[in-house]
Amino acid sequence: MNAQTHFSGGFQDAPRDAAHAFRAAMTVMARPGEIRTLVGAEPPAPLSVAAGTLLLTLCDADTGVYLADAADTSDTRQWLGFHTGAPIVEASKADFAVGRWSDLMPLSDYRIGTSEYPDRAATLIVESDALAPKGAVLSGPGIKTTTGLSLPDIAALQGNAMLYPLGCDFFFTCGDQVAALPRSTQIKAEG
Amino acid sequence: MNEYNFAYLDEQTKRMIRRAILKGLAVPGYQVPFASREMPMPYGWGTGGVQVSAATLTPDDTFKVIDQGADDTTNAVSIRKFFENTAGVATTEETKKATVIQTRHRIPEAKLTEDQILVYQVPIPEPLRFLEPRETETRKMHSLEEYGLMHVKLYEDISQHGAISTSYSYPVKVSDRYVMDPSPIPKFDNPKLEMDAIQLFGAGREQRIYAVPPHTKVVSLDFEDYPFEASKADHPCDLCGAEDSYLDEVIMDDAGSRMFVCSDTDYCRSRREAGHQGPMTREDAA
Repeated sequence: MNAQTHFSGGFQDAPRDAAHAFRAAMTVMARPGEIRTLVGAEPPAPLSVAAGTLLLTLCDADTGVYLADAADTSDTRQWLGFHTGAPIVEASKADFAVGRWSDLMPLSDYRIGTSEYPDRAATLIVESDALAPKGAVLSGPGIKTTTGLSLPDIAALQGNAMLYPLGCDFFFTCGDQVAALPRSTQIKAEG
Repeated sequence: MNEYNFAYLDEQTKRMIRRAILKGLAVPGYQVPFASREMPMPYGWGTGGVQVSAATLTPDDTFKVIDQGADDTTNAVSIRKFFENTAGVATTEETKKATVIQTRHRIPEAKLTEDQILVYQVPIPEPLRFLEPRETETRKMHSLEEYGLMHVKLYEDISQHGAISTSYSYPVKVSDRYVMDPSPIPKFDNPKLEMDAIQLFGAGREQRIYAVPPHTKVVSLDFEDYPFEASKADHPCDLCGAEDSYLDEVIMDDAGSRMFVCSDTDYCRSRREAGHQGPMTREDAA
């Protein structure tokens, strides 16, 4: 990748692109299981459009980002560094972590907040091969009755939900699609 | 239009607020600290709500602002103008046309939909603050889910007045975990806190943001033998005749005559436009 590519792929119109991107991110976090389109950034491979857009929308010099294994390339580091100035940190110090589920694990590496400050927990951006409104059955805040979402590891995520009000929050990204799973959501395996 | 960044705030501030909003949605009812900025209006005029709106608005939104239900009071007009000037968003007074509604102390009478966002201006976000002034202690009480003091307060209401006399800022428990101050909305509005829209709360001076996602369980605290009651003036609206809306009492003259009128001006107007009449409008017609 040449220098040109590190500098490109950001928002064309940062305030407006970020506003649209945040609306999508907020909507999926408020309605777990809902899948929305999230575009604006064009990050270098292997980051997806949705994951790259989330990073540009939410990260800056105040947030440590952990790039998990395959996501940790010199291209992604330089792209993220140029556009956000976010420091690259290890998993245990990360505010945001991005990568494939198997690369991000184990979940116990991440900050889950403290009982007095549950907000001081990591947000994981999980790159997925597919996002579908079926699989695990979700219920809880933001969901009228129940809804479905394809999840990578139901047992691990159930364990995370058990920690409530502590725990990590998740975005699942696939291409330009995004869904979210906050720690408040109750998860059941289908069937 | 080009003098300000879109929606006034700089991008780093908006990112910080947006991160707080996401954590607030993930832990409903928990007050997320945020680095509140100085806004070009005094504290108490909705600086928290304005910052949350600024971080939430997109250019495609239609924005509505109400102050005690009214679209035409100073606070509402100035905030509406502020975002017309700095974000260039469309504005409206009609609840059903709005996508983002910033409110001070009311929930609109019309049922809000999935596509709407309600932003509250909050003066004191901490429901336990008047019972325990120390932040270190209230934070501990929230972490331990120790809310006995709040029930003692409601009990003292009953022992002194024979009923729970708290009539606004009526404490609620969100999603069976956090006790939350729904901002000084009348307790009449409390049942509406379980809604289809996303609710965001911003307290500028106190530097807290919290949120209630759609369809989240919100229970007003009460006792089995003194259940919560959503009360209002026992009167229809004098202008539109509505029996189901929250009413303001307006003193008419020095002799003490008075009228009751919907606090939600858009609701009242749309009812009158639909042909509904109240005691006073009928009298005029006769």
